[in-house]
Amino acid sequence: MTVRVENIVKRFGQSSESAAVADVSFEAQPKAITTLLGPSGSGKSTLLRLIAGLETPDQGRVFIDGKDVTTLSPQHRNVGFVFQSYALFKHMTVADNVAFGMKIRRLPKAQVHKRVADLLALVQLPEYGGRFPSQLSGGQRQRVALARALAIEPQVLLLDEPFGALDTQVRLELREWLISLHEQTGITTILVTHDQEEALELSQHIVLLNQGRVAQAGSPHDLYDQPADEFVASFLGGANVIKSRVSDGEAKVGTQSVPAPAGAREGTPVQAFVRPHNMRVRRPNGDNPVDLGKIERLTRVGGYVKVYVSLPSGESVVVLMAKGDLDALHVEPGDPVAVDMVDAKVFVQSYSI
Amino acid sequence: MSGIVTQRAGSAQRRETQVGESLLVRVLLILLALAFLGVFLVAPLATVFVSAFSKGVGPYFAALAQDDTVDAIWLTLLTAGIAVPLNVVFGIAAAWLISKYDFWGKSLLITVVDLPFSVSPVISGLIFVLLFGARGWFGPWLTEHDIKIIFAVPGIVMATTFVTFPLVARELIAVMQAQGSDEEEAALTLGASGPQILWRITLPKVRWGLLYGVILCNARAMGEFGAVSVVSGHVRGLTNTLPLQVEILYNEYNFVGAFAVASLLSALALVTLCVKKIAEWAASSRQAKRDASSRALAPVQNAVSLEGVVP
Repeated sequence: MTVRVENIVKRFGQSSESAAVADVSFEAQPKAITTLLGPSGSGKSTLLRLIAGLETPDQGRVFIDGKDVTTLSPQHRNVGFVFQSYALFKHMTVADNVAFGMKIRRLPKAQVHKRVADLLALVQLPEYGGRFPSQLSGGQRQRVALARALAIEPQVLLLDEPFGALDTQVRLELREWLISLHEQTGITTILVTHDQEEALELSQHIVLLNQGRVAQAGSPHDLYDQPADEFVASFLGGANVIKSRVSDGEAKVGTQSVPAPAGAREGTPVQAFVRPHNMRVRRPNGDNPVDLGKIERLTRVGGYVKVYVSLPSGESVVVLMAKGDLDALHVEPGDPVAVDMVDAKVFVQSYSI
Repeated sequence: MSGIVTQRAGSAQRRETQVGESLLVRVLLILLALAFLGVFLVAPLATVFVSAFSKGVGPYFAALAQDDTVDAIWLTLLTAGIAVPLNVVFGIAAAWLISKYDFWGKSLLITVVDLPFSVSPVISGLIFVLLFGARGWFGPWLTEHDIKIIFAVPGIVMATTFVTFPLVARELIAVMQAQGSDEEEAALTLGASGPQILWRITLPKVRWGLLYGVILCNARAMGEFGAVSVVSGHVRGLTNTLPLQVEILYNEYNFVGAFAVASLLSALALVTLCVKKIAEWAASSRQAKRDASSRALAPVQNAVSLEGVVP
């Protein structure tokens, strides 16, 4: 089922200048996981609630499977919504929680019973039907919430920060598990998260939001490799920012010269974004001494080393290198090094920052 | 043996330094609190029962068996029996509206809910006299149709309902606002209608708060004096509730009778407190039982493998 939102605007209160969601359009492809990614306050959760019908848009339309559901009550939208707080019914057992939607639909008892058992098996909690939510761990509650949402055979599954309240270990496990679950069920899924790693790993499609607007939408590769602007580049994956100026149609970044962005005039200040793993440190080899940086600090992270280098322009950058590669250089803090950039994205510097 | 003793002494010493008050100060404070409680709570309550039984058990029950008193008991039960269910319905409706929806005039509604608490009960009674009394707004129409409200049972029920209105509503508003609307929203996305959500989600969620509100409301409905006094007209055997009966008997120097009826009201209050305590205890022990059983089942399976059944 395709989910499409068109020119959605949503304001809270009387604040006329800042809308929580300002003119957002996107499409979630059927049978895929689409992630609404963004920092807090970017309007991603509001957008999810608008799709579920828990909020009403001020402008714009919401389509599910080609049908305009903008004015349809959430009661009749048949979407599975998993809340960040899980929102399990505390006074009901796990089995009753899962059965709730089916009981509302007046399905035959035997069928409900069978399906509850199937779903609890699906979420790896077959023995837990008689427990109360208060007796479960966070990860288990999350899975019950998923089973409850899946019980109504929803057209779309909406997950609001599904792993936000869990510790890292459980979060990673559940992430894997969700991918497999999605492969089994094939249900169109929209997921809200502020965790870029989660978005890059889980989804086929990312809608990156900033201040209520779509900053960029596309596949994780598109966003990561071809960021549309500074915000996308810095939000996704983390990047070193190096300031420069356009001269002779090029911008000098470290030891390299990178083609200036189209339309940038001579002398325009630009910013280059370079991923830490797209930089290499090497011993000086006939370089102009004014281009050399100095190693400030070396921090080992597992099989990698973070090399903190201060550039001649005064900026500090982080270079991520495999430990073996760095060991071969025999460098220590204080040593002068050349920094090569594999892939730098240069944007005209915006003065708002 | 001596080891144990030293240990105890040591822990006692530690506790003392934690509190940071000398023994004398602590004893004085405790005595002060007990004296205060004794003078203002225990002594009056004891007086009621002592005076009631001052002439023995026989006269006590004789006083309670008087026709007027029996009528007052029935009227009080009838009044509470109508006012409490009405306020449960109004209270749930008001609390639901206030805690689940945002609308124009919401703060006004919250203020109005509190109104019966902020005006003197006598004035509450007077409002109904001004509305339904012989010379009130609806007085002529009521006289014409031969309907009696003031100085009759309907007036007493109305005044009591008005005075006790905030008790259920306030309790529920606090509980509902604290619990938020997540579960209701979840039920909504699962296809539940408004009444289904109220019946299956919200009411079970707030049941202890509701019970507490009902208990308080009932206590106040049975004990209300001021507002009822204004609208009742003190017709013996017809419009006298228990608190009014106490006053009448007392004014007639029938002390045993007055205190016997008062002891009945006090007993009602004590029973109410006990029921409330039991309700709280039941709620917390249920929770404790759940916690205990979840601890017993502690080695929970946390492994996430994938051999599930596709729905």
